[in-house]
Amino acid sequence: MTAATDPTIPRSWMQRNRMTITPLLFLAPGVLFFAVYVIIPIFQSFYISTFEWNGLGELSEQGEYVGFRNYQELMTDRAFEISLWNNVKWLALYLLAIPAGLFIALFLNQTIMGIRIYKSLFFFPFVISQVVVGLVFSWFYLPREGLLNLVLGVFGAGPVNILGDPTLATYGIIAAGLWPQTAYCMILYLTGLNAVDPEQVEAARLDGAKGWKMLWYVIIPQLKPATFIAFVVTIIGALRSFDLISIMTNGGPFGSTRVLSFYMFEKALSEYGFRMGYGSAIAVVLFLIMLVFIGYFLWSMYRDEKGARR
Amino acid sequence: MFPTPIQKRPRAAQITYQTLVPLALILWLLPLLAVGLFSIRPLSDFTNGNYWGMPSSFEFFTNYGKVFFESDMPRYLLNSLLITVPTVIGAVALSCMTGFALGIYRFRGNLLIFFMFIAGNFVPFQILMVPVRDLTVNMGLYDTKIGLVLFHIAFQTGFCTLFMRNFIRALPYELIEAARVEGIAEWRIFWYIVLPLMRPAIAALAVLIFTFIWNDYFWAVVLTQGPDAQPVTAGITSFNSQFVAQYHLMSAGSIVAALPPVIMFFAMQKHFIAGLTLGAVK
Repeated sequence: MTAATDPTIPRSWMQRNRMTITPLLFLAPGVLFFAVYVIIPIFQSFYISTFEWNGLGELSEQGEYVGFRNYQELMTDRAFEISLWNNVKWLALYLLAIPAGLFIALFLNQTIMGIRIYKSLFFFPFVISQVVVGLVFSWFYLPREGLLNLVLGVFGAGPVNILGDPTLATYGIIAAGLWPQTAYCMILYLTGLNAVDPEQVEAARLDGAKGWKMLWYVIIPQLKPATFIAFVVTIIGALRSFDLISIMTNGGPFGSTRVLSFYMFEKALSEYGFRMGYGSAIAVVLFLIMLVFIGYFLWSMYRDEKGARR
Repeated sequence: MFPTPIQKRPRAAQITYQTLVPLALILWLLPLLAVGLFSIRPLSDFTNGNYWGMPSSFEFFTNYGKVFFESDMPRYLLNSLLITVPTVIGAVALSCMTGFALGIYRFRGNLLIFFMFIAGNFVPFQILMVPVRDLTVNMGLYDTKIGLVLFHIAFQTGFCTLFMRNFIRALPYELIEAARVEGIAEWRIFWYIVLPLMRPAIAALAVLIFTFIWNDYFWAVVLTQGPDAQPVTAGITSFNSQFVAQYHLMSAGSIVAALPPVIMFFAMQKHFIAGLTLGAVK
């Protein structure tokens, strides 16, 4: 037996409770920061959303309590409806990044000369900031100078002014967002493919499986962890979309490209007025939508945790 | 291996594949290549409508020189660096500790605290915007780098804790038990045993957080407003209004703004991808 368990040495309170105190001390700074800047503000936003407040002075002095009136106003707000509908479009179309990423990963999962460099170059749109992606694509779409219309012109089509057309603009922005997101999903799947069990693949081959059947019944089930992460990051990415919209169209033309995250910012902080309460109400709605997904993610992770408990 | 290795296919298929890959890459990076080409053109090309032909002269140094010497760009770049580096250090340091506590010790509420970090990391930024901005203003830190850094550290701690805790979980637990039997103090176990083993995780997180923070735009517009504190993602919009419609300069500016994380990625690729794909394989 060693010193720590030797009963002849008197042990202090600290030492006896070290298995409780140590984790508490180690957690304290991180939890404190996180609580102050993330957890508490979530509840504060709920609270602020029941006020009419311009953000100046203290909420308790300058704000006017209005109960659920902000939410009532949302129900009849046409701009809110458009934003919500655009969020649905973002969610649905952004998920295309997952099959697209899988497709590129399958395409690149070979060993030829220089394939590593190809893989990193395919990935690297993800590393560029969304601001620059937004700029790059808004120039790409330019009606006169843009490369897209040059290409369309070769096929005798166009010119189209994607970002200037209220019916097309949102799709143009989503396409720009899909570019880095597909790259992200691709890298997840490349890693997943690396870990696919070669014996199972060989066994399936002997059984005559190939092509689509092999992909669907043998490969994709083994890629499940990668698919889960791709799903999580894509949903979150879709609901967080702000940078691209702000850079590419600033919500226009005629407010047709607003999403909830952007509309909230506009209401609370931009030249359209400083309505913190109303903005918070929009944020609460966005949060509640997200909460459905967060609940699902946490539940899946909790199941895995239970399985891996030691 | 799936799909079937190309080496096992006929020669014709191999050659097709080897020409297809570079073509696909060019297509994939086309918008970016276009910007690269814009950034070395002289202004006269744009006024003459020569957008896609050969550049009439090669103006790499003139254009990029203008970005560095005739705009606020160097200041924005410096701000970005002064925001990003402290955030990386802060978030990694905090999460080494939280990850250690959550990964090694069993106590009531362990999983609850862990899930609080994960859930917080997923929330839309907008739900935090008004209170965080208010808090920052009240602390007198609005439009300062430190105000931005504090928030970033706090928020990134969520993701970093998830990462670190799972990494520490995968370490051999016998090591810690053996140390305890030896009577080594808990903080020494952290400092001398766990921390050295966490080096790859620290490297991976550092590159990831560097990229995330460098590329942040939303919080930059919410918490700062002038060239004194704004990072380059927010500064690029003022840069673009300084050189409005001068596509050669705006292109050069965006390339400069995007470059640091790109360099970071290519230099630390292994760590970057290891960090990003953690959990993609079971």
